[in-house]
Amino acid sequence: MTRQLHSWGRFPYAPQTAHGCSWAGEVTGVIDSVVAENGLTLPYGNGRSYGDSCLASSDQVVNMRSLDRFIQVDWQQGRVLAEAGVTLSEILSIAIPKGWFLSVTPGTQFATLGGAIANDVHGKNHHRRGTFGNHVLRFGLQRHGCPLLNCSGTENAELFAATIGGLGLTGVITWAEIQLMPIHSNQIESTVVRFANLAEFFSLSAELDQQHEYSVAWIDCLAKASQSGRGVFIVGDHAPYGSLEVNERSKLSVPLVPPMSLINNFTLRGFNSAYWRAHPAERTRQRSSYEPFFYPLDRLLHWNRIYGRRGFQQYQCVIPDAAAEVAMAELLSAIANSGQGSFLAVLKRCGDAVSPGLLSFPLPGTSLALDFPQSNNLEPLFVRLDAIVRAAGGRLYPAKDAHMTGSDFRQAYPAWEALEALRDPILMSRFWKRVTS
Amino acid sequence: MKRILIVGATSAIAAACARIWAAQGSEFVLVARNHQKLEQTAADLRARGAKEITLFSMDATDFAAHPAMIEHCVATLRQIDIALIAHGTLPDQKACEGDAELALQELANNGTSVIALMTRLANQFETQRCGTLAVISSVAGDRGRPSNYLYGTAKAAVSTFCEGLRARLFKVGVHVMDIKPGFVATPMTQGLPLPAALVSSAENVAKLIVRGVERKTDTLYAPRFWALIMLIIRHVPQFVFKRLSL
Repeated sequence: MTRQLHSWGRFPYAPQTAHGCSWAGEVTGVIDSVVAENGLTLPYGNGRSYGDSCLASSDQVVNMRSLDRFIQVDWQQGRVLAEAGVTLSEILSIAIPKGWFLSVTPGTQFATLGGAIANDVHGKNHHRRGTFGNHVLRFGLQRHGCPLLNCSGTENAELFAATIGGLGLTGVITWAEIQLMPIHSNQIESTVVRFANLAEFFSLSAELDQQHEYSVAWIDCLAKASQSGRGVFIVGDHAPYGSLEVNERSKLSVPLVPPMSLINNFTLRGFNSAYWRAHPAERTRQRSSYEPFFYPLDRLLHWNRIYGRRGFQQYQCVIPDAAAEVAMAELLSAIANSGQGSFLAVLKRCGDAVSPGLLSFPLPGTSLALDFPQSNNLEPLFVRLDAIVRAAGGRLYPAKDAHMTGSDFRQAYPAWEALEALRDPILMSRFWKRVTS
Repeated sequence: MKRILIVGATSAIAAACARIWAAQGSEFVLVARNHQKLEQTAADLRARGAKEITLFSMDATDFAAHPAMIEHCVATLRQIDIALIAHGTLPDQKACEGDAELALQELANNGTSVIALMTRLANQFETQRCGTLAVISSVAGDRGRPSNYLYGTAKAAVSTFCEGLRARLFKVGVHVMDIKPGFVATPMTQGLPLPAALVSSAENVAKLIVRGVERKTDTLYAPRFWALIMLIIRHVPQFVFKRLSL
């Protein structure tokens, strides 16, 4: 059957025709046939990129998800070698019982290995371990008309760097080997505390981040005036002892796309307020399984559908340390005043680890991420937010983006020309076309 | 831990079943045509927890190779707890209408090769007096539809054979399971215009198969709603059915 694929935000709405690969030996044949018919294409993983970076300019993608076999695992050293379509969830399901965990995990376990590399994803431990790319040992890269290239820090090093965070444009990643980190339990010990404003967030972050593996904050982006900047600060560590079972939680699913967004100002205000109140005012220690800690939203399959037919956009920026506190306050007040906002405003201090990736998103500073239901009022808000980010010397995350201007992108990612020079000429995304032309 | 033989081990549904059994630490003999794909499948299953895996390259329509394969399998596993026969093709109905040779070849791919394997395996199961022989047929075998009646014929033959064999082996404690998947998104069905709402994933079907083996289900429609759909389709009277172009 022919499947239509979408980006996670379903905006811009551009259904992609999938050309599937089921075996490693088929990759070149599939690429050749798509290129012969359509000229350009793009590898597609599991569709967890929000904006248009996973959409081919030709709307014809090579679907890599079925390339999901493990090739070799080494439980002595904690190394996994697998085909690129394996999801992070599948890696965890075999690694946890052996006492290993992903060194870096994003907020969803349904991203593929190839996608995690192509977007150089980061997680709640960025301040300690950098990005996913910091833990990639090597990978296979299929460029059009070339033999399969082995890329690592020492072999084809230029392509290795360009492919990490390279948005799938330098070639098709067919397999990869990553380094895991040892754990003693599937449980996370966390400490949770509310904060009343941004200043408290920054002082909590300064105090707690270095003591803990994981750190993240949720922020009430609709709170105004004296309540502005209130939120919940969460730090955590892998528990030193406990079970190593993988307990798959039962998952719920949003079965269809409702005609209009179920997220509106009314539901948002209520939810955000209740969420804030549900958390303790004093520092409280909790213990939970890894799934609710890292992947609370993965419990609800297809949650992106709650935003309805028009979809949604995520706005994720990172602001360098020097300007972070002032800029965050401006961003939050602009958002609160616009009356648009999300459940999922996430604030996180990034560390100074340097990723091998050319176009890696994080930089030493603070990152803010929010989801907005798509609407006509969004554009003026994003123009304001972009101006604040630009003035503060920050940048936006291509994996989440569907709006940033070409000039902002080129200003924020000066290495884009190096990536463009190494781009496989048959690969082109709607994102890349938008920001480079 | 189970000792499992899979014929057609590189097919999507079989591989998805094998992953579930691998996670339980099972031992495998995997049989398929393409050795390279077999090796990739085996590496994957080893990483997922399979204990021992041995590979056997064989074309299922090479009937002369069957005894050696089964001998090898019994020598390796000593006892077969589960045999899953999953190989098959999706014939081009139009092409088969114009070419009897091709039609017979496809009948061998999907029908007689399965029956030959079941015949030989039945004798092995009869001696061991335990185990499950599971075969993937199809909902297509329930009715001869103009769009794929050659495939349907082969699958119907397999299902009828299963029914008879089940009654024979039941008496010695061996279970015979007839698996009838509906539309499944696999490389075999890639490019077909199937109604998306009725298509399930190979992983989903595999979960049902593994559970069916545990529960000793006789005929498994996977997913279950196909039992209802086929119940209706089976009862469409001939004078109506012949006017439809299903």
